[in-house]
Amino acid sequence: MTVVTPVRSSSVELRDIHVSFGTLEVLRGVDLKVEKGRTTCVIGPSGSGKSTLLRCVNRLQEPDSGDLLLDGESVISSDPDRLRQRVGMVFQHFNLFGHRTVLDNITLPLRSVKGIGKEEAVEIARARLADVGLSDKAPYRPSALSGGQQQRVAIARALAMDPEVMLFDEATSALDPELVKGVLNLMAGLAKRGLTLIVVTHEMGFARGVADNVAFMDHGKVVETGTPEAIFDAPQSPRLQRFLSQVL
Amino acid sequence: MDDFLNTFLNWEYIWQVFPDLLKTGLLNTLILSSASAVIGTVLGMIVAIMGLSTKPWFRWPARIYTDIFRGLPAILTILLIGLGFSQILRPIVGTNPYPLGILALSLIASAYIGEIFRSGIQSVEKGQLEAARALGMSYSRAMLLVVIPQGVRRVLPALVNQFIALVKDSSLVYFLGLLTTQRELFRIGQDLAANSGNLSPLVAAGFFYLIITVPLTHLVNYIDKRLRTGRKVRPEADGHDELDELTAAGKVLP
Repeated sequence: MTVVTPVRSSSVELRDIHVSFGTLEVLRGVDLKVEKGRTTCVIGPSGSGKSTLLRCVNRLQEPDSGDLLLDGESVISSDPDRLRQRVGMVFQHFNLFGHRTVLDNITLPLRSVKGIGKEEAVEIARARLADVGLSDKAPYRPSALSGGQQQRVAIARALAMDPEVMLFDEATSALDPELVKGVLNLMAGLAKRGLTLIVVTHEMGFARGVADNVAFMDHGKVVETGTPEAIFDAPQSPRLQRFLSQVL
Repeated sequence: MDDFLNTFLNWEYIWQVFPDLLKTGLLNTLILSSASAVIGTVLGMIVAIMGLSTKPWFRWPARIYTDIFRGLPAILTILLIGLGFSQILRPIVGTNPYPLGILALSLIASAYIGEIFRSGIQSVEKGQLEAARALGMSYSRAMLLVVIPQGVRRVLPALVNQFIALVKDSSLVYFLGLLTTQRELFRIGQDLAANSGNLSPLVAAGFFYLIITVPLTHLVNYIDKRLRTGRKVRPEADGHDELDELTAAGKVLP
């Protein structure tokens, strides 16, 4: 059942990213480098700019200034739709298309964005659904599924597009506790397959166990980065120390 | 009691007006209301999309258009357009008031339908558009494939209500002066009522309106109920169920 499809992944680099909403500076010069095939977890208190930073990677949020590099090439002013075909995203609230079946949720972007024929799209969709263990849910509407199942479909939908990077925006925050593990396992599996992942999360266990790197954000800046061991066992900055003492 | 029956249910007059109502009136009412329903829906969608635009030079004309045609009495719009444009458009439509009646009804309907669509589209969660964009869809494609279908679904009951109003408003076209063969239900009933001094032909016309509108109101209720409960989908029989359960349990990683 293990998927052997070769993974084509890319590195991601953010350089001096600034974002303001009106007078509120949400990101104040963020640098972040994620190597190809590695997993970076972004942690930090709410309001620190984690989600905004993540949304800059596929330019759902256009930065006011700064540069974004995918596989070493700047994509900050290229066609955003092209960029988004290479960067998949999974949201906190799943955002499955409510008027379509689970299968159609996956075939719709395959067909309309990638121009893949119907039969091939269905084949891909069924394969990705099998990957997340939900083959039998193909004909259902998303509303008939549990939150955990919906999130797994959302992951399958993003994976079907064959992305080089996957972004997870608090993908388990809206889930009931007993459903969190299935989704986290799936994400860990993707990390193991060598897909580049950037994960905004409150799951410190996941960050410690799966991430290659952890970035701690506070007040619109990356305050500290390092291996999970360095971040969790030997935090340097007082702000990270205080954050960890509150969440652990 | 006899007076009452004679005034409203004089079978002689009803019998006399019935063939015209059935053959001419029903057909014309259906043509007027369905043609303006189609045109009004198309125009309404355009008005709604313009009204939702972030660009002021799209949004403002839509806003003004809606205010005008929603704010004026239907009869006034019908007369102004039906009589006013008959001069200008004579080379195209001739002296026939019928197309202008449809045009006027369509413009009125589109203002209401535009507002219905706009509220529906606005009610779709922002995350739907974001997810579609994040998958690489352009804004217009995301709106067309993801946002608008969901928005329209939610306002289908309101839309059908608007169609019902349109069926009833189509009677106002008679003010434009129709040929004998162009008369709709109300006009046919009214003609005989005026000639005979008896209201029974109008009662008969009313009966025909109810034949159209009552099923539509029940359609509204049916759609409303189905939208709230959702259509049942039976899962396909799948021999891999057991294996899927294992995968779902986290035993097998992709």
